[in-house]
Amino acid sequence: MNILMLGWELPPHNSGGLGVACYHLSKSLAMQGAEIDFVVPYTAEHPDIDFMSIHAVSSLSPLERNELGVYDSSRTVTSRELPDIPGGSKNIRDIQRRYVSFVENFVQDSEVDVIHAHDWLTMEAGVRAKELTGKPLIVHVHATEFDRSGELSGNPIVHDIEQTALLMADRIFAVSKITKSIIVHRYGIPADKVEVVYNGFDPASLDDGYDYDQITYRYLESLKEEGYTVVATVTRFTVQKGLTHLMHAAAKVLEQYDKVVFLFAGDGEQRNELIDLAARLGISDKVIFTGFVRGKKWRDAYSVADVFVMSSVSEPFGLTALEAAHHDNALIISRQSGVGEVLNSIFRFDFWDAGLLADQIIGLATSPALLGEMKRNIHDEYANLSWNDIASECIAHYSSVRTGALV
Amino acid sequence: MSSKTIALYFQLHQPYRIKRYTIFDAAHDHMYFNDEGDGDTNNRLVFKRVAEKSYRPMLTLLDRLSEEHEGFRFTLSMTGTFLEQAEAWTPDVVETLKRLVARGNVELLAETYHHSLSFFYSRREFETEVNLHREKIFATFGVIPSVFRNTELAYSDELATWIAGHEYKGILAEGWDGALDWRSPNHLYKASGTDSLALLLKNYKLSDDLAFRFGDRNWSGWPLTAEGYVERIHQSDPSGQIINLFMDFETFGEHQWEDTGIFDFFNKFVAAWSRSDNTFATTSDVISQHSPVDTISMPEVITWADSERDLSAWNGNALQQEALKHAYALEAEVVQSGDKELVADWRRLLTSDHTYYMATKWHEDGNIHAYFSPYDSPYDAFLSYMNVIRDIRWRVMQHRKVL
Repeated sequence: MNILMLGWELPPHNSGGLGVACYHLSKSLAMQGAEIDFVVPYTAEHPDIDFMSIHAVSSLSPLERNELGVYDSSRTVTSRELPDIPGGSKNIRDIQRRYVSFVENFVQDSEVDVIHAHDWLTMEAGVRAKELTGKPLIVHVHATEFDRSGELSGNPIVHDIEQTALLMADRIFAVSKITKSIIVHRYGIPADKVEVVYNGFDPASLDDGYDYDQITYRYLESLKEEGYTVVATVTRFTVQKGLTHLMHAAAKVLEQYDKVVFLFAGDGEQRNELIDLAARLGISDKVIFTGFVRGKKWRDAYSVADVFVMSSVSEPFGLTALEAAHHDNALIISRQSGVGEVLNSIFRFDFWDAGLLADQIIGLATSPALLGEMKRNIHDEYANLSWNDIASECIAHYSSVRTGALV
Repeated sequence: MSSKTIALYFQLHQPYRIKRYTIFDAAHDHMYFNDEGDGDTNNRLVFKRVAEKSYRPMLTLLDRLSEEHEGFRFTLSMTGTFLEQAEAWTPDVVETLKRLVARGNVELLAETYHHSLSFFYSRREFETEVNLHREKIFATFGVIPSVFRNTELAYSDELATWIAGHEYKGILAEGWDGALDWRSPNHLYKASGTDSLALLLKNYKLSDDLAFRFGDRNWSGWPLTAEGYVERIHQSDPSGQIINLFMDFETFGEHQWEDTGIFDFFNKFVAAWSRSDNTFATTSDVISQHSPVDTISMPEVITWADSERDLSAWNGNALQQEALKHAYALEAEVVQSGDKELVADWRRLLTSDHTYYMATKWHEDGNIHAYFSPYDSPYDAFLSYMNVIRDIRWRVMQHRKVL
């Protein structure tokens, strides 16, 4: 089976979970015999990828692509002259137009059995490929504009692109029931056209010789020696992530029990607001901001933590929760986060319910037995989310679409 | 027009700015003030630059004017953190200061060693810092100051009472309209709550003509000439006896660059003022030559900063309040540790400039804050400061473990 995979990023040039999911899904599909042509908007080396063909749409560098963002649809950047994209300053729409014309040419003389487009970024190209080839189009929704914009209204152009592609798609993959529900209710798509295809998790991908040495966050380790519990979140600081709710919960925790310290790892447009909020709540000393972390500092943020909180207002899936589980964290996950659908041994709360979240944190911080039990149980669960099983599901769905059957 | 006395007082201060200091530095790197990069948190670079632009040329000018005009007298105050850095990086500046002070026409004031607002947070720390400063000034210049100025001219009746109880004869404050009511700052006053503590009030309108407006081409008074300024002083208050011109020393050459003509102006102004029957005086001269005309009370704290003239430039927002709370909360444990380096580092964190950089006032005063700040934003200043506080706490914890 020849799959034309339309993506926006792949590791190591990814800025978030989209690239990670695309990588693992493609790899598992390839292992099950699929031939994959994967299109990315930039030009770069992908040293670890030999199981599929990668096609570069433009001479954009991964860094420039990163500046465009995958999350912020309104960003305009890159004034560099690109031979393949005329004009001065480039925005994400210019790159997408280039992407579409690349795909138009590509399908002229390539074998394609199924078209698999990931998120609004490549949906137009997917629709165009379907028009030209008549092959089935799978639209894989990792996040909708509703998710990306949090409680705001989002970009109407992006909503339009999503709407059109969701209507044109032969089948839609949603990364969780939460996402499926948004597609059905907010885009008016019939439920039987939408399959829930969860993300998997490959613990081996984190098996790179990493060893926690307690050095990076030495101050936090010294607090732990004094009996403190470390509660972490590792995320982008955007409205979507519900971090102000987490901050209010932190204040409620510290009112009751002060041997808890909160690690906010990441960066984003809400940073200053969060720093200010912590100060106003009088808990700055117990809230630590790391800035953007990658590499060892990123891994160590999980390792130093006892409890990981995902407080998202709207999280289609939430890979970081599984990463946290891999590092032996107990998990507290908002009911609005898709990853909670595939896990049992977790605490759940509605993102706005800072009181309940505080209660759960205090419960874990004051009961070593509970904390230990939750860490152990989640550790048994997360590793069962195999990308191989998910790839098999995808292949079954591809086949059913090709034969015109609804499963 | 009566003859007038001008009391010039220039403040010399440089803080130890904290380098960009993250949670990853805490519990590892105990050097907070040693940035060696090109940025404005490299204290050595900043000090050398200010020395080049301001300290050297202005001290040379003051030295020459002292030589040329017999009656030229003025007052300086310098913080311990200024003197330490001058000794380390520009010893010639210290030598020039010593030479000037030895001439006898310069008075030095008492203040806190670390340019802190400790009076409002810890009386014990305040007393320690005042003592440290007195020892430093005596060791360096062989004089013991008898007039006090508090950091940022932060003043209240309570402070006056403390100062009067510690053998000082005078104190400086902002001549803020709110406290003066109908009265003029251009006289000597007595501090309320004291028997005889003399109170000298800054004439902020005339002082700010130099400190803030001199080089501003949009100011109606621009360009300010020496004669024009003399005229302005006389017209501002015909019956005023004393004009207290208080400002940062760095006004000359750093806040107002040389190309504004500030040095040339000052040179001509001193000459013009000396030609008339007007005089220059140190703060002690003023106190011995005049009697208080009234008693002034300032129950609330008044400072010389921002349009509010209160402490809000340093403790007005939640970031600043948190930083101050946690810094002072460590006092007892830090001091009791007996670890001299730890104590010294902690004291450097009390310098008021640190929380000034965290101000989030975005009106006109915000521009002044931003001008003086070496950080990208108040939030960056805050994060580095809090991480240093954590490291200080970590060091305290290590002492606790040894016990």
